[in-house]
Amino acid sequence: MDVAVCVKRVPSTDTRVKVGASGTSIDPTGVQYELNPFDEFAVEEALRVKEKTGGGTVTVICLGPGDAQKELRNELARGADKAVLLKDDQLEARDAYSIARALADQIQKLNVRVVMMGKQAVDRDNGHVGSMVAAMLGYACVTEVVKMEIQGDTARCEREIEGGAREVVEAQLPAVFTAQKGLNEPRYVKLPGIMAAKKKPLEEVAAPAVAPKLTVVEMSLPPARQAGRFMGKGKEAVPELLRRLREESKVL
Amino acid sequence: MAGILVYAEVRNGAVRKASLEAVSEAARLTKELGGSVSAVLVGAAPANAGEVLGKAGASEVIALAGPKFTQYSGDGYAAAIHKVAAQMQPTAIFVASTPQGKDLAPQVAVLTHAGVASDCVGFTVAGGKLLAKRPVYAGKATLTVKAAESLLVATLRPNVFAQTDAGAPVAVTTREAGEVSLRAVVKEVLAAVANKLDVTEAPVVVSGGRGMKGPEHWGLLEALATAFGNAAVGASRAVVDAGWRPHDEQVGQTGKTVSPTLYIACGISGAIQHLAGMSSSRVIVAINKDPEAPIFKVADYGIVGDVFEVLPVLTEEVRRLRAAS
Repeated sequence: MDVAVCVKRVPSTDTRVKVGASGTSIDPTGVQYELNPFDEFAVEEALRVKEKTGGGTVTVICLGPGDAQKELRNELARGADKAVLLKDDQLEARDAYSIARALADQIQKLNVRVVMMGKQAVDRDNGHVGSMVAAMLGYACVTEVVKMEIQGDTARCEREIEGGAREVVEAQLPAVFTAQKGLNEPRYVKLPGIMAAKKKPLEEVAAPAVAPKLTVVEMSLPPARQAGRFMGKGKEAVPELLRRLREESKVL
Repeated sequence: MAGILVYAEVRNGAVRKASLEAVSEAARLTKELGGSVSAVLVGAAPANAGEVLGKAGASEVIALAGPKFTQYSGDGYAAAIHKVAAQMQPTAIFVASTPQGKDLAPQVAVLTHAGVASDCVGFTVAGGKLLAKRPVYAGKATLTVKAAESLLVATLRPNVFAQTDAGAPVAVTTREAGEVSLRAVVKEVLAAVANKLDVTEAPVVVSGGRGMKGPEHWGLLEALATAFGNAAVGASRAVVDAGWRPHDEQVGQTGKTVSPTLYIACGISGAIQHLAGMSSSRVIVAINKDPEAPIFKVADYGIVGDVFEVLPVLTEEVRRLRAAS
């Protein structure tokens, strides 16, 4: 079965965020980038769907700057067959809607039955693109999936809800699934994969311009928390802690 | 008509608290924006829906009925809500940022040609327009956003907005949702531990890290959570990756971002990804052996010590306090 999987290149999670000169996005100086952590689960599941259904093509799609070729090449090394870079050097100017529209147009060209994505990108933390792409294409959508199985034209999934409970969702293909941590254990990239990836097709096309539905007014940093006080050492400190919680911060 | 349409999520036969918070915040905002608050729910309305939603600030409550709406369907619910929104032309649609709300809101937004401000923690009105504040990078920064055109869809983080009860109960109006096709449908709910509170919704979160030394010691954290009565147990990424705890309890950038009233970090050193996920808690307590641990830089109150010695005493004292109150 042919599968499309959408990935994003994001600042690594140990980035110390500073506001850039525009005042509406981060200062990219010195920032290291990596594949969005949730997207690794999406790529792994795409490969598994292909393997379990006896073949097909896994196409990785990334909307992002030219530098994202590196992340795409790595997913080709992991086992994907083809990659498409929807090149856009002004990614920060897009909102989830604008990203989803560009991805949906590309997915439609591929004519796949299954679309995988990470449940959210850890930069903007929206978690909207999967549901939006599904709604734009008229596909079914299951978000935050921790288990999935495809039988014919139906997918049976488990998704997490509150407090560790799970919903069992049945979806008719074509469908978009967004991967939650725990869906699978992503395989490692191995040397033969890296060699093979050099010969796999990586197409670069200009991403279509789509006006965003949201305007960013400003980006700010939350007020820095002040380091508090030590209540003392060991269990002797407990009464003083409780007194402060009760009388000073009034949370008890 | 101007005003705010709020989706009221029903689980286990009751309107969720996070939805009531969204209604109350919408009521506060319509005083400046004009219009009123309409709550919409899908499927059978709980018996007290008109009362609780009305008290929270809704002027009308609409239940969308349809034979297929016995279980949640993202595309089905979105289509039904879109029909109401198309009639009402609200200035905003509010949805609680719960697992269901996060699934639903973007689908509603696409149908109504709007953008979604996700996981909002504050709203202001400027020049007649709604401005939404939302954390990004798991809370390392905040974006203020507004709708480029007319309508804003927003999901509201649970536990952040105050639920008020100054309003009056209203009658529930039932409307037929009409024909909708359902592509993804919930078939059943597999319950986890009974009544386990989610870390994103609990007013108190007790979290454990590698300093807990092993999953067999989690009983200490659970005992403290039970002593509080309204607490959830969380975990650092390190212990989730080690397989000690399920990932639905993970707090941090690749887990959940939480803003409880009280966060107690036990044996957590405080990696930047973890700090991002819990720094918006109102009061932070840290218990750690290492006085240099980064967690103490964000904690209001710190105890330098062994969690195995401190936790049982703390649990006992909290239990005694709560019994006395």
